[in-house]
Amino acid sequence: MIRSENLVKSYGEKVVLNNVSLNLPKGKMIAFIGANGAGKSTLISLMSRIVPKTEGCVYVDNKELQQWNNNELSKRISILKQSNHLNIRLTVRELISFGRFPYSKGRLTKKDNEIIDKALSFLSLDNIQHRNIDELSGGQRQMAYIAMIIAQDTEYVFLDEPLNNLDMRHSVQIMKGLRKLVDEMNKTIMVVIHDINFIAYYSDYIIAMKDGKVVSQGYTDEIITKEVLKEIYGMDIDVQSVNGKPICLYYN
Amino acid sequence: MTDFAKTKTKAITIVLIIVLSLISLSIGAKSFTWIGVLKGEANHLQTLFISRLPRLLSILITGAGLSISGLLMQTITGNKFVSPTTAGTMDWSRLGVLIAILLAGEQSKLLRILVAFIIAFLGNLIFISITQRVPYKSAVMVPLIGLMLGSVVSSLTTFISYRYNIIQNVSSWLQGNFSLVIKGRYELLYIGMPMVVIAYLFAGRFTIAGMGESIATNLGLDYKKTVLLGLLIVSFLTTTIVITIGSIAFVGLIIPNIVSLYKGDNLRNCLFDTAALGALFLLVCDIVGRLVIYPYEVSISVVVSVLGSIIFLLLIFARKGKAFKNA
Repeated sequence: MIRSENLVKSYGEKVVLNNVSLNLPKGKMIAFIGANGAGKSTLISLMSRIVPKTEGCVYVDNKELQQWNNNELSKRISILKQSNHLNIRLTVRELISFGRFPYSKGRLTKKDNEIIDKALSFLSLDNIQHRNIDELSGGQRQMAYIAMIIAQDTEYVFLDEPLNNLDMRHSVQIMKGLRKLVDEMNKTIMVVIHDINFIAYYSDYIIAMKDGKVVSQGYTDEIITKEVLKEIYGMDIDVQSVNGKPICLYYN
Repeated sequence: MTDFAKTKTKAITIVLIIVLSLISLSIGAKSFTWIGVLKGEANHLQTLFISRLPRLLSILITGAGLSISGLLMQTITGNKFVSPTTAGTMDWSRLGVLIAILLAGEQSKLLRILVAFIIAFLGNLIFISITQRVPYKSAVMVPLIGLMLGSVVSSLTTFISYRYNIIQNVSSWLQGNFSLVIKGRYELLYIGMPMVVIAYLFAGRFTIAGMGESIATNLGLDYKKTVLLGLLIVSFLTTTIVITIGSIAFVGLIIPNIVSLYKGDNLRNCLFDTAALGALFLLVCDIVGRLVIYPYEVSISVVVSVLGSIIFLLLIFARKGKAFKNA
């Protein structure tokens, strides 16, 4: 389980994350919502230790981040940040095989290769596995990065705007894949996504943030309501139910 | 490119190196024939082992060492324009040599290496930390910073050497030169070789570091230590070459770019090809330089610059700007 206590991040005078204490439920798809600058990306970067925290503690399976050996930790949690415009010529398969680095240190075993094959087919990337990532479309490239994280095979997965710049088809394909990871492999997946309807449709649990603080949290049907959304976004959002799923109409 | 074509490229490179090595051994003003060597005639053997072979070996090692240094720097910074020359590493090395001479005179070779290595390493650190702090990160910006820094360091070196009247010593490191290489004067190059082995062992880590700090940390890698190790290797290789041969531009810049075109950027896959192609390129340049005004020599720096700049332009057109997009 991942838990934070009084987590603070500040840059100089500016406090971007203010006393965040959270208990993230296990085996769920958890979404972080909030306006731009609410501190969502900062929060998941601190929790996944790729940005150092100013104050507070983060516990992964009851052990504070600093007590973890970095390599052991990378077998437990993984994170994919947004915008991976790497100027690097690797094939899709090579990229995904780096996901096995915490286990194999670059010398791939038979088991590593099986897991890579599985990650490839999980996102239907088999037929482009030998293409260079710099020749792919934005959507395919994003899928390749997510496949790398899947190959890392961690219990907890953080994804920062995984649907950024993707068309509907790729977005749905990725969300279905992530859902499968939660339902079939019991992973805990934490995403920052701006499209509220993808969250309403796919996530189990929602953490709503505003001005560096958590303002409310709960199961999806508790959060996707007119009242809560008004508090978070300062907008009147009409919530309708379509086939038992809440759909937000925020266009006017 | 298919796997078969890749293996073929490797085989062709190796065959070419062997053939050209034999040609390189046969060229020179002194009378020398292979028959003489086979007959065991003393003067022919002497020419071979005291002058020709050391020269050949130092060319191969220098070519391989420079291109591997360039490859490592390009991998770590994720920028195809970075090399020991464009990052200013060579200028720092020369400053180090100068300081060592001022401190301890001309005698102590090891001290010279040590000081030059430390200064080169510090220079690389300064270069990297500046590039990481510059908010505007265009691909061209990074080598520009290196070149500017290198020029400042270089003028400092010139200034100090004028003041102490050792400008001639220092200018001998300005231009790379293989014509003075004889047995006993190039063996320092060998101590750079273990660095190549380390580079190979840590190849995966360097590639990951090149993917940026957040991906590296996510994969359990200590980003800072990995970058430091890479810079140590580059500084050491470059220093041994600057001290024994002098500085040679372009090799570290163009060879990794050519190999990247057909091998990609996974360091483990392209280390060998980069080393081999670098050695081959420098060998060709040396042979050309020795033949154009035979029996005199054109400095290898001149040949490298002429051929290198042509290839560099071709590369830019071949990649259609691909490698040089903003990182």
